[in-house]
Amino acid sequence: MKLTLEIWRQKDANDKGHFETYELDNVRSHMSFLEMLDVLNQELIEKGEEPVAFDHDCREAICGTCGFVINGVAHGHMKRNTVCQLHMRTFNDGDHLVLEPWRAKAFPLVRDLIVDRSAFERIQRAGGYISARTGSAPDANSILIPKEQAEAALDFAECIGCGACVASCPNGAAMLFVGARIAHLGFLPQGQPERVERAKAMVAAMEQEGFGACTNYTSCEATCPKGVSIVGIAKMNKDYFNAKLFSGGNLGGKE
Amino acid sequence: MDKAVGFYESTLGKKVVMAVTGIILFLYLVGHMLGNLQIFLDPAQIDKYAHMLHASAAFLWSVRLVLLFCLGVHILAAFQVWWRSRTARPVKYKVFNPPDVDYAAKTMVWSGPIIAAFITYHLLHLTVGMDSLHPDYVHLGAYNNVVAGFQQTPVAIAYIVALLLLAFHLYHGLWSLFQTMGWDHPKFGPWRRPLAVLLTAVIAAGFISVPVAVMTGVLQLVGG
Repeated sequence: MKLTLEIWRQKDANDKGHFETYELDNVRSHMSFLEMLDVLNQELIEKGEEPVAFDHDCREAICGTCGFVINGVAHGHMKRNTVCQLHMRTFNDGDHLVLEPWRAKAFPLVRDLIVDRSAFERIQRAGGYISARTGSAPDANSILIPKEQAEAALDFAECIGCGACVASCPNGAAMLFVGARIAHLGFLPQGQPERVERAKAMVAAMEQEGFGACTNYTSCEATCPKGVSIVGIAKMNKDYFNAKLFSGGNLGGKE
Repeated sequence: MDKAVGFYESTLGKKVVMAVTGIILFLYLVGHMLGNLQIFLDPAQIDKYAHMLHASAAFLWSVRLVLLFCLGVHILAAFQVWWRSRTARPVKYKVFNPPDVDYAAKTMVWSGPIIAAFITYHLLHLTVGMDSLHPDYVHLGAYNNVVAGFQQTPVAIAYIVALLLLAFHLYHGLWSLFQTMGWDHPKFGPWRRPLAVLLTAVIAAGFISVPVAVMTGVLQLVGG
């Protein structure tokens, strides 16, 4: 099949950037979206032009490295998917596709479709951890966790940090990412010691990075490749509320 | 105090403040609507109600000041949150179709200012009774003030349109405040939106019934 691709080209953060249009023939239906771009890049290299830069690693929808916006939707039109597992058989011959990078102040552009997502790393480092005793490995199941809680924690742990939530939020907010991290550890007994400080530190780091605020649009949940639920945002709000207003001091023991 | 200030500095804190003031304003709307519906009883009833509300200036003005304060804080927090989000995406998308964004959520940012303008107009029209807006206004003559006011068709239509907009604003606000306050649980989480639809429909129907009743002649002016 034949495609018209309108792709954002930008040399580096200082370049202004522009759209470039490419016509691509011989797109096979079994190709993934990234393989289709590989074909385009091969053609560009043979013509002596700069190939289109995009992030990718596992190409199995589990690492969270790839991702850009296709016709206004992060990771494209298929639900619970990343661009590497988006297949050309879901497109039609003659489609016109506009490819843009994640656009957010907190994700500065590196080149073409690649943005710098280290803001997520800094938020994670601020509080997305637990303290554990080092030494020999503890016995399995030495800390019991109710099944429902373990499952909920794992659902939020599914977040791969791709940044689609920020990209598809009309406000450029990172609430789903931060909510997922806070909910993941908040459901587990191991996450309790740092729970109060985690909420304060991760929210503060998020705001410092310049992400937007939440309007409860829910488009983050709709485009999340892992289907992370906005329940995590409610958990984050509650933890933050409690941490900021009702934490510290004597918890009810003796004076 | 330090804690409260630190809390408000974050967008999460601002949203909680918006939610709490929103709840207070919503509760006031429920009372206001129930008060209005007395117009369908004996015409003297709502005038009596108006006199009752005005019996104590201290009570009247305390309620008014609380409402004005809530409204002011609600608007200030909304503006600050909106401004922050506006700056979070300096380079816009050429094509942007975020899925699942409903009409009510998308229009919060301008339904708010329009409702604020409507409240100003409504206060001048039926509370102050400005001559240029309502020539037949009689202080505390609530029944005839309302009927004469809505007998001007453009006025009645403006009220209905503004109230529909308020309904959209309420729908998004009512379900979304649960999320903002962290009130979620598998048992009631899925019911938050239907509950918001129900409450909004009741409020909107209650308010809109009055101008509609005047336009259709169900409510007529009374003499004396």
